[in-house]
Amino acid sequence: MRLSVDGLIVYFPYEYIYPEQYSYMCELKRALDAKGHCLLEMPSGTGKTTTLLSLVVAYMLEHPHDVRKLIYCSRTVPEIEKVIEELKKLFEYYEKLDSIYPRLIGLVLSSRKNMCVHPQVSKEREGKIVDSKCHALTASYVRERHNYDETTPICQYYEGFDMDGKENNIPYGVYSIDDLKQYGKDRNWCPYFLARFAIIHANIVVYSYHYLLDPKIADVVSKELCKEAVVIFDEAHNIDNVCIDSMSVKINRRIIEGSTANLGLLEKTVAEMREDDVKRLQEEYQRLVDGLRDASVARETDVILANPILPDEILSDVVPGNIRNAEHFLSFLRRFVEYLKTRLRVQHVVQESPAAFLKDVQLKVCIERKPLRFCAERLASLLKTLEISDLTNFGPLVLVTHLATLVSTYTKGFTIIVEPFEDKAPTVSNPILHFSCLDSSIAIKPVFDRFQTVVITSGTLSPMDMYPKILNFHPVIMSSFTMTLARPCLLPMIVSKGNDQVAISSKFETREDIAVIRNYGQLLVEVAANVPDGIVCFFTSYLYLEAVVASWYDQGVIDSLQRYKLLFIETQDSAETSFALMYYIKACESGRGAVLLSVARGKVSEGVDFDHHLGRAVLMFGIPYVYTQSRRLKARLDYLRDQFQIRENDFLTFDAMRHAAQCVGRAIRGKTDYGIMIFADKRFARADKRSKLPKWIQEHLKDSLCNLSTEEAIQILKRWLRQMAQPFTREDQLGVSLLTLEQLEKLESSKSVKQS
Amino acid sequence: MTTSSEEILLQVPHVRYKKGDGTLYLMDQRIAWMMENRDTVSISHHYSDIKTQKISPEGKAKVQLQVVLHNGVSSTFHFINRNGTQAQAADRDRVKELLQTLLPKFKRKVDRELEEKNRLLSSNPALLQLYKDLVMTEIVTSEEFWAQHASQYTKAQNTQPQEIGVSGAFLADIKPQTDGCNGLKYNITADIIESIFKTYPAVKKKYIEHVPSKMSEAQFWTKFFQSHYFHRDRKYAESKDLFTECGKIDDQEMKRDIQDGVKDPLVDITSFEDKSLDEGYGTEVEKLPGTFGTVSQAMIKRFNQHSIMVLKASKNKTDQTSDQNGLQESSTSAKVKDSRPEGDEHLNKKLRIQEKITYEDLEISNDKSDNSKIQLNLSKVERYLHGPMPGGNVEQFSPNEAAILTRAVLQETKQWQNSRQPSNILVNPAAAVGALGELSPGGALMRGFQEQSLAQLVPADIEKEVRHLYLSLCELLSHFWKCFPPTTPQLEQKIVKMHEAIQRFHAAKLKPFEDKLIRELSPLSHHLTKHLNQLLNASYQKFNNWQKIKNIR
Repeated sequence: MRLSVDGLIVYFPYEYIYPEQYSYMCELKRALDAKGHCLLEMPSGTGKTTTLLSLVVAYMLEHPHDVRKLIYCSRTVPEIEKVIEELKKLFEYYEKLDSIYPRLIGLVLSSRKNMCVHPQVSKEREGKIVDSKCHALTASYVRERHNYDETTPICQYYEGFDMDGKENNIPYGVYSIDDLKQYGKDRNWCPYFLARFAIIHANIVVYSYHYLLDPKIADVVSKELCKEAVVIFDEAHNIDNVCIDSMSVKINRRIIEGSTANLGLLEKTVAEMREDDVKRLQEEYQRLVDGLRDASVARETDVILANPILPDEILSDVVPGNIRNAEHFLSFLRRFVEYLKTRLRVQHVVQESPAAFLKDVQLKVCIERKPLRFCAERLASLLKTLEISDLTNFGPLVLVTHLATLVSTYTKGFTIIVEPFEDKAPTVSNPILHFSCLDSSIAIKPVFDRFQTVVITSGTLSPMDMYPKILNFHPVIMSSFTMTLARPCLLPMIVSKGNDQVAISSKFETREDIAVIRNYGQLLVEVAANVPDGIVCFFTSYLYLEAVVASWYDQGVIDSLQRYKLLFIETQDSAETSFALMYYIKACESGRGAVLLSVARGKVSEGVDFDHHLGRAVLMFGIPYVYTQSRRLKARLDYLRDQFQIRENDFLTFDAMRHAAQCVGRAIRGKTDYGIMIFADKRFARADKRSKLPKWIQEHLKDSLCNLSTEEAIQILKRWLRQMAQPFTREDQLGVSLLTLEQLEKLESSKSVKQS
Repeated sequence: MTTSSEEILLQVPHVRYKKGDGTLYLMDQRIAWMMENRDTVSISHHYSDIKTQKISPEGKAKVQLQVVLHNGVSSTFHFINRNGTQAQAADRDRVKELLQTLLPKFKRKVDRELEEKNRLLSSNPALLQLYKDLVMTEIVTSEEFWAQHASQYTKAQNTQPQEIGVSGAFLADIKPQTDGCNGLKYNITADIIESIFKTYPAVKKKYIEHVPSKMSEAQFWTKFFQSHYFHRDRKYAESKDLFTECGKIDDQEMKRDIQDGVKDPLVDITSFEDKSLDEGYGTEVEKLPGTFGTVSQAMIKRFNQHSIMVLKASKNKTDQTSDQNGLQESSTSAKVKDSRPEGDEHLNKKLRIQEKITYEDLEISNDKSDNSKIQLNLSKVERYLHGPMPGGNVEQFSPNEAAILTRAVLQETKQWQNSRQPSNILVNPAAAVGALGELSPGGALMRGFQEQSLAQLVPADIEKEVRHLYLSLCELLSHFWKCFPPTTPQLEQKIVKMHEAIQRFHAAKLKPFEDKLIRELSPLSHHLTKHLNQLLNASYQKFNNWQKIKNIR
């Protein structure tokens, strides 16, 4: 339908529209008009993506000078592909209505692993191996060498692209990963570099968070994107963790060993080169003296990881004298690695600030702060000079230089924690040095500063006032939409006690209680006996899942469960889990029904949808608090309290509830779907927890559903399921939760009448 | 009697039959015995008539062989070879063995059909009853019965039965019992064994290898129940357990499957992440690969494996057939196949994603196929949801009607008030008591009530008999009515035949039953069979009408 949102003509590629989609568009338009950032929560499965795309594309066509680019960031590869498909659909709709294809280019950028078409390299499964193999075929010196030595292997696709790929733009249209691959194959161009090049002038770019938030990658990939852009972070409920992850580094023994080996190799190579080809080292030295930022840095193929710090922190100084010489630099690094080695040799936990760490470095091995800051850049330059093509092996040393650069750049918002062993296994010595980012606003700040509108959206952002605080930005629009429903298609319930009236809760004191575990088991068996098709359960942690499953086996719960449905369990091995998931889906589709036991915060809970028959019921066993004894978490909580006045408990509950909501939200997609959400923990009923659930769930969580026993819950869900089994037609929905264009217009005019 | 065409398979001299010595012949159709020095066969049995053969036990003085015929007659042959018992037994064994190979061939030919019918009857109690009522009383002939009345059963026989899957809990359903002396007893049935074999092909292989050559079946299953394989909470030790290998085979298979990867991009967690950073970045503590540890982890793996194998077990069959097709295809067009998988994969992926992004309720529905679905149209949803409720069957009134009614009621009550007499005696006590008496069970006004309690009055055996009568009659009638309108001569013939059958039924079954009823429980007799008679009369009438019309023509 073609609708008018506050004067803007928007093409929406469906004949009907949900009311909340319309209000979402209105809010989004206001944010675009104001050129400010916004925070929008809309229930999962109400067509967020298509709403966003249709509004922003319409806006871009209407005001081409205000918004020149849409950067759509999503979390997982399937999500990215879904966005691209939605965009295709939208463009086709434009073509159908106007009979001209929109003069826009939309494309996806993904890692080399997903985009490579080279016959050998693309066979590799692991991303970093693909990266380094690609590098070995496309680095500038490799290609130069090929000029006089025909036997040096190069990539024909990159050569093809380099030859004539940059002259002409790709035609208007939408390109998914497969489309780009096909396009590249047809023309003998490398799809990855084609996409890297094309995103600069493309109108719509879809890629992963990391390409914008992780400075190591963003500096390589997203540096040249224009400022008049709308950035959308979809599924952004976890964005603070992504930010923190992208700035954090950890060092363990293996890294130290690896980097020592790397250093040895480098020294050898430098010595050899000193004999054969002094000139090159000399040249490099000269370049560094002159303070010329490497001219060849601009060569896209040479860098895989850029400087790990944010662009505004990078010094424009000349590289300090004591690390200009290759040998000097290597011995400098060796000293630093030795120092780290001594730090790992601890018996107790150490926590200190970056400043204290720097002071200690200065004291022990006489390394100053300034040369440390250049470490990452200096190593990159050296690796290039030495023409080392196989970069996979140098991972550990690169990591160490990144640590050096980070620790010497940031003194605030970071902490260093050295743990001699894991908490779970105090007898096994496994020392790790964490350089941990505490402030999620650091990594995202350049994004907020640079782009005119940043939209943070997800199905579960409640409580919303937390995000502006922890990300340190000022949204112009902040709103949460509920789901209008013609029938109560979601049934949230809080089960607080078992049939024997024992309160069930995963809190620490009762977690191991056999009665609680038994009650959890009974609840699951009862649900499995009464709910058709798929059932998904989430546990608070993997350890807890293991313990409960073992104890269920002893109690015979597993046996009775298997009588009703097949049982699948998430494991820590993701390949195995994917396989189990595949069979879970098969079991649901064959009508046999299945139960999946999974972990909140796990990969399944974050990336896999259980819509329709794949998840008729979701059970949340306990509140998924993060492991609170972790020192990194404690440091972060302290930091949040001191800097942003966020109380520890508030943050912990916020974090737990957004994950809980995320887990249960997996079951609903669209208004024809229906699902049961069971929160099995007494503590969910408390006001501070309940009020932190998203509005669209809270709305249906009536007081009468908040303190149920297993039996009561089963009675309610039985009745509800029978109700859901009734035929549900469009007529039931129309006017309530589904609008035609006329209805929408009528609604609008009545609203405006009321206002005047 | 011997014809030249007959071939003599075996000839054994010195066989005594009823005190006469002679020779036993085994021909290709029959067994025969001829008295010595005669040229006529005195005993001759077709193989197809022979039910079984019996032999005398070892060590008995007489070495004999007996053949028992289907009609109960038996003939005994006594082997009297002069070379001693050894030779006699050898003679007998030769005959026995030959007979053993010959008899089944003939037996099958005859009995196949009979057996089949027998099986059908025994597995369908309703059909058996019908058979008893209709065939045994000679209302319809046996052939007619099988051709017409049992046709749906025989037809159902021919359709392929649906493959039954494996229950997920088949291992859990084997509940051990203590045998009283500190041991456990497991009871397994053929079904469970089949489930185990289907789900765990490795165990089946082991079974074939070991049973019965190396151990007995019982031993095998004992070992199975002792093994880690059955007790999933045990890790497999490095013992020489029979099933350790099975576990390994399963693990390998699973590993191979996992390595093949997951085709569905939406569930392939391994490729969700779109960054390729080395370890060491980020805050997550990653588990080192290869640390494979606790018992519960192994157990979790086993659960997954079990569920996957159960699913596979039910899929194997269909897969096999499709595999064969695939093979044929690949052999014919090897070239096409090369390019296809990738294309298929892309297409699949695209389809999956499309499926995920479409919102069917937002889309305009242009296919009318939806409307062809049969929808459950409930006038009162509450009744469906809650079951019958007290007062649930009150009729619904429109508001108008309701208003009129209430007004009427109000008026009525007003009138009551107006005409109300100060005296409260409406009926005199004696009349009231009388009325009450008449209204109690047994009273004059309650006579019609009897019918409702018919169910209680009729003894169980009579009830059963009535049910059987209904069953048979309905079967006959349904065939009778099916013939109308009679368009072909065959149908007309059938009408006549069916009419006769119904009449026979009337005479042979219903009449005696009615008589019995009158004898045993006179008050009920007519009530019980009234409806049956109505049915009969209706069919008679129809028949008569039809015949009249036919005669007029």
